[in-house]
Amino acid sequence: MSTVITRVKQRQIAQLIAKGKRLDGRGLTDYREIKVEQGIIERAEGSARVCLGKTEVMVGTKIEVGEPFSDTPDEGVLTVNAELVPLASPTFEPGPPDENSIELARIVDRGIRESKAIDVGKLCIEPGKKVFVIFVDVYVLNHDGNLIDASALAAIAALLNTKMPKYEVEEDKIKIKPGYTQIPIRRHPVTVTFAKINEKLVVDPWLDEEQVMDARLSVAFDDEGNICAVQKGGSGYFTQKQVLEAVAIGREKANEIRKKLGW
Amino acid sequence: MSQKTEKLIDKKGLRLDGRKPDELRPIKIGVGVLSNADGSAYIEQGKNKILAAVYGPRELHPKHMALPDRTVLRCRYHMAPFSVQERKSPAPSRREIELSKVIREALEPSIFLEYYPRTAIDVFIEVLQADGGTRCASITAASLALADAGIPMRDLVVACAAGKVDDTIVLDLMDEEDKIGTADVPVALMPNLNVITLLQMDGILTPEEFEKAVNLAIEGCKKIYTMQKEALRAKYVAVKEVEE
Amino acid sequence: MINLPTFFERRQLVTPGDLIAEGDYIAGENTYKEDNKIYASRIGLVDYEDKKVNVVALRAFYIPRVGDTVIGTVVEVGFNGWVVDINSPYLALLRASDVLGRPFRPQKDELSQVLDVGDLIVAKIVAYDRTHDPQLTVGEPGLGKITRGEIVKVTPTKIPRVIGRKGSMISMIKQETGCQIILGLNGIVLVTGKSLEDEQLAIMAIRKIEEESHTSGLTDRIVQMLKEEKAKREGMRNESEN
Repeated sequence: MSTVITRVKQRQIAQLIAKGKRLDGRGLTDYREIKVEQGIIERAEGSARVCLGKTEVMVGTKIEVGEPFSDTPDEGVLTVNAELVPLASPTFEPGPPDENSIELARIVDRGIRESKAIDVGKLCIEPGKKVFVIFVDVYVLNHDGNLIDASALAAIAALLNTKMPKYEVEEDKIKIKPGYTQIPIRRHPVTVTFAKINEKLVVDPWLDEEQVMDARLSVAFDDEGNICAVQKGGSGYFTQKQVLEAVAIGREKANEIRKKLGW
Repeated sequence: MSQKTEKLIDKKGLRLDGRKPDELRPIKIGVGVLSNADGSAYIEQGKNKILAAVYGPRELHPKHMALPDRTVLRCRYHMAPFSVQERKSPAPSRREIELSKVIREALEPSIFLEYYPRTAIDVFIEVLQADGGTRCASITAASLALADAGIPMRDLVVACAAGKVDDTIVLDLMDEEDKIGTADVPVALMPNLNVITLLQMDGILTPEEFEKAVNLAIEGCKKIYTMQKEALRAKYVAVKEVEE
Repeated sequence: MINLPTFFERRQLVTPGDLIAEGDYIAGENTYKEDNKIYASRIGLVDYEDKKVNVVALRAFYIPRVGDTVIGTVVEVGFNGWVVDINSPYLALLRASDVLGRPFRPQKDELSQVLDVGDLIVAKIVAYDRTHDPQLTVGEPGLGKITRGEIVKVTPTKIPRVIGRKGSMISMIKQETGCQIILGLNGIVLVTGKSLEDEQLAIMAIRKIEEESHTSGLTDRIVQMLKEEKAKREGMRNESEN
């Protein structure tokens, strides 16, 4: 992703950060304002929209009945897909998912899957034959930095909002009963992303900071503070010390966010 | 992940293939194995068999994709259809696309990109046989291929993974340990600057376990780094011994 | 010699990332300096030039320099000139006006009649910078289209070894084989002899120099090899005549 950023601005950002401040007034470990709305798309089984500063991500979930994977015959299936739609940024072009949208989807997927956020055992209809398949589709609507954290939050918010049909299995036939039930969510993983700028770590980088950063580190935490996903991105590097610093800060921030959203 | 009652570590503390928790699989490395590529390397790590080749720096087409002040590093990680148990379709999977990206980002910090503006350096990785830890072995081979191509670098990049199986932090996971274990932490390192250029985690670990795994992976990296350097020298020392 | 720590001796083999020296040194060829330490950036042999630390690279590619004589292949006939492959990451351009010696007239001049795809040329680099591809000229004596001879590709960093001290190596080969040899600094060598055999002899010598460029006593070994080969050929010729 490259829109040209002026050298003057680059220097400004770097100089401020060296003093522990950021161009938008935030502290190095402060998030932008987070707004979460749920249930906005009625046709979807679940939906949510998250605004992280000016970054906007919408997630819709759909539930279908399908076949389980052969190595997990009694578990439901989770599929995460992400689209960086062209209207979200001058740098997004129409076409099949590129490496950035694929990476984004896979990071969000890992956070949910590894934390066992969804109790997939409870999504089995007929072992080996029929299970619920949950599609989580991440739709980036406006890119102003840190799509990972915004998408991860929106995905969980959408899942919390997702209803699946009640059903009964009667003589090998699935009978849909009236009413809906919430999908079984038991954890609320939160991903915290850092940008490294001039050897300093800043939380929740916005677009200009992303263009200036050397590298990016995303760490996902579950409700108990365990790490359930890590992804370094960008063409720079981190020292061991910086990685551990990010883990320590990230853990706190994840808890703060969970508390703030009432998860 | 479904419940499996297989034990990955036995009573003596040995793993499925007889290794101790902090032991690497046997590794064989060769440099300059392909005649057409500008640089190449081949690695065997356990049952992994991976070939890496570099073409470049060369002019970039289409020209508008070139950068005016530096080279563009392109990387393609690809698995052969016969490399895994169940035949894999030759079309690039989402996993291969993600790995191509993280491998490229692991190698970029080592190259002096600004030396060759308006060019591209292409890295091609072919996994001929896979047995867990392919992205790490690929990085180790690709870095050697870059050196073999005469591309100026800050340091070789070396990679190794650690993880957790049966409550033990272990080094260099093989396929079964990767699939059934609780966590996999691949790490790439530039040893002389001591910086991490690739870091991922798949699974669940406490922050303390994560630290332990990263440390163990880095130790593994340093051991493999020695082998990388030996493999590189081996290609040239044999010729050197002619006279001296 | 300066009394500061060095970790490799002259002519020792280093690989990218090896720490060669620490302290008040200057980073020379194929090295870089970080935090007062000099590291190798390519595989090669260490060389010290007072305070400068160099690595003579064993694997490198040619980056154009203004003034270099190069040998290249025409790969494209463009609309007002030719694109030439000079064995470098960058393609070179030869303008039509340079070859024709006068401004180019698109209606009257058919460029492919002058130089076509596949033609070999000896040229000189007249312009090159980070933002433009190298420009060539053939407007000097000794430059122009090559009509006969054999081409050998050599790692560009080894060309100085093929030349030898004060040209001693290359003169010796020319003498022993009776061939004319043009050395492109881009690693391409043109050998033109009275017979194919003579050319092959010269090529053999050049290939041997490339393989053993970092060893000493090479000149003598090459002379030896050439004499042996010539004797062998004499012997075979005598046999076939009998």
